[in-house]
Amino acid sequence: MEPKVLTGEHFINGDTACAEGAIAAGCTFFGAYPITPATEVAERMAERLPDLGGVFIQMEDEIAAITSILGAAWTGAKTMTATSGPGFSLMMETVGLAVVTETPCVVVNVQRGGPSTGLPTMGAQADMMQARWGSHGDYEIIAIAPSSPQEMFDLTILAFNLSETYRVPVFIMSDEVVGHMSEKVVIPKESKIKTVSRPRPSGRKDRFKPYKPGPNGVPPMPTIGEGYNVHVTGLTHDEQGYPVMSVDTQKEMMTRLLGKIRNNLNDIIRTEAYLLEDADIVIVSYGVSARTSYTAVDMLRETGIRAGLLRLITVWPFPEDQIRELAKKVKGFVTVEINMGQISREVERCAGSRVPSYLVGHAGGTVITPDAVIQKIKEVF
Amino acid sequence: MATATRQIKAKSAPAEDVMKHPLEDLIRTERIPHIWCPGCGIGTVFSACLSAIQQTGIDYGKFSMVSGIGCSGRGAGYVRLDSFHTTHGRAIPFATGIKMADPSVNVIVFSGDGDLFAIGGNHFIHAARRNMDITVICINNFIYGMTGGQVAATTPHMAKSATTPYGNPDSPFNLPMLAIASGATYVARWTMIHSRDLTNAFVEAINHRGFSFIEVLSPCPINYARRNKIKTMDMVRQFQNNTIIKNHADPSEMDIDFQKGVVLGKFIDIDRPTPDEILAGMRAQRNNS
Repeated sequence: MEPKVLTGEHFINGDTACAEGAIAAGCTFFGAYPITPATEVAERMAERLPDLGGVFIQMEDEIAAITSILGAAWTGAKTMTATSGPGFSLMMETVGLAVVTETPCVVVNVQRGGPSTGLPTMGAQADMMQARWGSHGDYEIIAIAPSSPQEMFDLTILAFNLSETYRVPVFIMSDEVVGHMSEKVVIPKESKIKTVSRPRPSGRKDRFKPYKPGPNGVPPMPTIGEGYNVHVTGLTHDEQGYPVMSVDTQKEMMTRLLGKIRNNLNDIIRTEAYLLEDADIVIVSYGVSARTSYTAVDMLRETGIRAGLLRLITVWPFPEDQIRELAKKVKGFVTVEINMGQISREVERCAGSRVPSYLVGHAGGTVITPDAVIQKIKEVF
Repeated sequence: MATATRQIKAKSAPAEDVMKHPLEDLIRTERIPHIWCPGCGIGTVFSACLSAIQQTGIDYGKFSMVSGIGCSGRGAGYVRLDSFHTTHGRAIPFATGIKMADPSVNVIVFSGDGDLFAIGGNHFIHAARRNMDITVICINNFIYGMTGGQVAATTPHMAKSATTPYGNPDSPFNLPMLAIASGATYVARWTMIHSRDLTNAFVEAINHRGFSFIEVLSPCPINYARRNKIKTMDMVRQFQNNTIIKNHADPSEMDIDFQKGVVLGKFIDIDRPTPDEILAGMRAQRNNS
């Protein structure tokens, strides 16, 4: 039997690396429904989890898959599901339940072309706004965009750590290209992998208030059977977890739920700057399109155009301050993403009227070429 | 002297166990009064469920209750256990997650007919097919109560509802037949007036290894009975007079027709391996090989 952490060098695809990252992070429960191009995540989990004492269950649909991982999370398990566009749409109501009940879980979306059945075997990055706003009501979540199989491993661990720290669902917004490409993935020794577990309660069980926040706004989370007798509801609730239908309770609960993310941006947001220091033109990109963008920056630099790249490792919460700061000193922004304009709208919003902001995107099905980025930049600047 | 003795008795406080509600340790008393309407049967079923939990003698810490949305779905909010009020229709997959991640927990799904069999119908048949070791209690009041009396998947043919003002064109599910056909290994039906049989059925269902399902017929005075010009007490009398207890009845006889007589009883109680047992077996086999 294979050990939990497969320390060493591997040549594996992004989906498989994602599964290995989840296992290394301590995931012991995976609820699944097959969907291209995310199926390999489930297949790997189905093979690996039983030997590690974990549970793989293929549910009857994506709604059941995500709901099962919330139930399992309340037994203390770290849990994950993986899907693509159509399944992601079905999961949206339950994402809201995870947010409002503060149930940690990781949801992988290996994006494909949409809408509807779209392009099942071909990549896109067109679910980015859905990740942010797909469930009803106001809320904050965290979304991460890996650019390589190595990052599918590394950032899946990060996703679990952030989910456990903040008790929010964390999305891994991958895409078909990264999910299916095979590259070298280096898995470190288990002792070198930093994992985080949710805050746990202590003290008198009869006086415990399950939604009384800790220092960073996050309440400690008990598990079923510990004797805390918690009530967990999707209704607006007070610190006791009991439903209260009032304007004040709604405000108090929402302020804290949003605050968990909005007050901890410095701890959550991760970006990477490539040749940004002297850049006139900033390319903003993430996921597979960031790979295109690195090449485009290099090629533009060769022609004397001072381009730089801001790569979003976490896409949500959006690095608003960083874009606003850059807007003070650059000529403009170009957002490179495989959709018809999603994150580019955020960039444009933060750049404001200070500098222009453009999109290099397309409708999905293939990656964006560096030439397309270069052509656009030469055309507009 | 006799009078004096009586006075002394009246002044002394009643013994603590007399003052205490027998189910007090299982009820979130601070959440009472509950939301259920006068004449509603859910409370009676809820009491039977809590009595059954007590009667099993199993540590309360080894129970969890999961509900969906609706009147019956509020059950999870009144029980002093780790309890979950989830999204509409999704109590069963939530319960499945709990059970598979920690098989030591006795998971009870307490919900209504609309939640379990319309929006949640797919989850029901699959959990039954898997023989997931959970207890599903469905309070069938023939209607969507909380939203104001719209037609349900259990509303009798031609009955009136807020969305079938000229009569329900559809036919209702035969729930025990559906459960048996899907693979449930314990199936029973009672009404809310059969509280002793009901409690016994809940005890059996909790102790049963595998997917157990109990349908409980219950009146909705406000949103079903009144609209169909049925007096609630007449409906309850039907539960008494127009029902036939017939254990192991043929599933095709289990349709609900009070003219013909509604079949109650325990219909199936069989043994079949559960997913958590099967997984444990697979792990053991792989560890030994």
